[in-house]
Amino acid sequence: MATARVSGVSIAAERAEVGVFATEYRLTGLNLLVAFIALAIGGLFGVLQALQYNGIDLYKPIAPVLRGGYYQGLALHGVLNVLVFTTFFIIGWLTFVTSRSLGIPLASRALGWTTFGVMTAGLLIAALPLLLNNATVLFTFYPPLKADPLFYIGLTLVVVGTWLLLINQVMMLRQWRAANPAARIPLPAFMAIVTMTMWVICTFGVAAEMLFLLIPWSLGLVPGTDPVLARTLFWFTGHPIVYFWLLPVYISWYNFVPQQAGGRLFSDPMARVSFILFLILSTPIGMHHQYTDPGISEIWKLVHAIFTFGVFFPSLLTFFNVVASLENGGRARGGKGWLVWVFSLPWREPSFTAQVLAMILFAFGGAGGLINASYNINLVVHNTSWVAGHFHLTVGTAVTLSFMGITYWLVPHLTGRRLWSPMMALVQAWTWFVGMGIFSHWMHMLGLLSMPRRTAIGAMREIQPEWEALLPMVAVGAIIMFVSAILYYLNMVLTITAGKRDAVPMVPFARAVSGPEDSPRVLDNFKPWLVIAFTLIVINYAPTLIRLVSEMQFIPGIRSW
Amino acid sequence: MNRKYLGYLFEIAWILPSVAVPIAFLVAIVITAFAVGIAVPGNVGRVDPKALNTTPPFDKPGLRELAPGRYEAVVTAQLFNFTPGELEIPAGSKVTFIVTSRDVIHGYKIENTPVNMMVIPGQISRMTTTFDTPGEYYVYCHEYCGGGHHLMVGKVIVTPAKTASANR
Repeated sequence: MATARVSGVSIAAERAEVGVFATEYRLTGLNLLVAFIALAIGGLFGVLQALQYNGIDLYKPIAPVLRGGYYQGLALHGVLNVLVFTTFFIIGWLTFVTSRSLGIPLASRALGWTTFGVMTAGLLIAALPLLLNNATVLFTFYPPLKADPLFYIGLTLVVVGTWLLLINQVMMLRQWRAANPAARIPLPAFMAIVTMTMWVICTFGVAAEMLFLLIPWSLGLVPGTDPVLARTLFWFTGHPIVYFWLLPVYISWYNFVPQQAGGRLFSDPMARVSFILFLILSTPIGMHHQYTDPGISEIWKLVHAIFTFGVFFPSLLTFFNVVASLENGGRARGGKGWLVWVFSLPWREPSFTAQVLAMILFAFGGAGGLINASYNINLVVHNTSWVAGHFHLTVGTAVTLSFMGITYWLVPHLTGRRLWSPMMALVQAWTWFVGMGIFSHWMHMLGLLSMPRRTAIGAMREIQPEWEALLPMVAVGAIIMFVSAILYYLNMVLTITAGKRDAVPMVPFARAVSGPEDSPRVLDNFKPWLVIAFTLIVINYAPTLIRLVSEMQFIPGIRSW
Repeated sequence: MNRKYLGYLFEIAWILPSVAVPIAFLVAIVITAFAVGIAVPGNVGRVDPKALNTTPPFDKPGLRELAPGRYEAVVTAQLFNFTPGELEIPAGSKVTFIVTSRDVIHGYKIENTPVNMMVIPGQISRMTTTFDTPGEYYVYCHEYCGGGHHLMVGKVIVTPAKTASANR
């Protein structure tokens, strides 16, 4: 049992290390703080939505504060949860992972603070119109719905801020290589750098959309904008953004969960290959979000579908590798049989349990995602509540519950305070799993009954009786998650303020059964992979983008909320 | 056997189906899309949303019979309704929906059919389907378009085939 405990282990060296990384830890902590404040506010609106579906309208009592009702709440829910929460958590987490894995501080701490400063300034600038109901355009902000320019400018600053972390990482890698010329890049740092590289490449889409289309248009410098071109640029970033959310989770599943399970990572080479494949394949597939769009040819949609199935492959590699690592842990703890080893895993450890439960729901999320990616089968589910059900399994559970699980060891590590209640954390993980399982299952079902997503169902004139029979379960799931969230925040606040000052727990870095010595060296050389990635992007996007730019129309903006 | 090679064997046993299964799915998709004809919308062409009232076919929204049992439904979407709001179609007929938007992005999904399109100002959306079963089919705008989005619901009424033959 002792091997799997992440808390309570103390060595003098670890304490000294923490001193070296004081600035990095402060930055990580601040990013996590912003992230979880955003999740708290955004999540609250999720509960209101589920209640509204069932005819309980809690928007009226808050109307003096938020005039926009359901749709303003929906905009806050989406922007705060999938854009703000994820981005801030990831930047904090990857700052930590890169510096601890390479064993060196940020190359430029000033740049580290600038990263956080630019992102936070952007968040505050975007928050203003959101709260004033001047940016009720949801997190996809499809024109010609026209928000206050501050909304677009603020979001752009958040994205530009994230780019600065990659600059820091590249400088750190250079320093590290100079000091360790023959060594392989440690796997966690390798993955953190691949993640940020993929992210910077894919954000060229939304950056171009903001700088060339939306910002000049919202400022009144051009008379209109082209909605199809804007959507195409949005989804250029909008699909790979899901890998920007997932890869940091995979970093935890590959590099920390095996250690927490009491075992080792099964295969370092397989893990490196899967991340290189994500780097290459994440971006040239964005049009699978546009299967039902006019203005884009079926052939390019099919090409993107094929590449989307290609990116399913590294996901399957990850599935195998992570489960094999868990099995390695289960057997190391005395587990036997084909499947009985599962019961030997450290299920009393909340960080471990939260992340394994996240994996289980993610398996269903992945299967659903394959259905969504399936070209014409997508016609059955596109823009129905099925899709909302789907991404609450992926970003809402695989990502969010894993991030919560990470904080169960990371926050004690950063603050030097013991987790206030591991039992409460366990209950939190299980209630999130059950609540989301219920919520998501019934959202999928309602989607198959054509219930549209992003719609104030409770205010519709035509609610189908078949929907009414299933809608209460959506609220049941949401309320269970609400309870789970209260347990999470209570535990975290008590940990930070009243947690027992304790020895700093070690970072649970995992070793591998088949280590980096089995990985081809070419995997650590980013150049050839970047060339392939750019080539595929040009092939898959250039013809459509060039045509759309040449046909560009200026459609005037409208504020219809 | 060396443990490491046993590990490689497991990896290969996983990788082969991981390649084969997605390929099998893709083959099935391509067959249904291009041989069975369950197609997604494509690039039909552009239209000026400010000039819809003078641009055929959107100057006359509604249902047109092209040949016996073959129809074309021209629809415009705007905040927060469809024109026409209701379409009456005889059972058994094959209908091509041609839809565009006057203002912002809308959706056009007819329940229990494959018709599921984004409706984007400046673009023409087109899909074809056959209605076999009489009944009322709701048409949902399934993209957030503004404060009244949830009120934006249309209807396709499929009348029994008998009426259809009487019409001919």
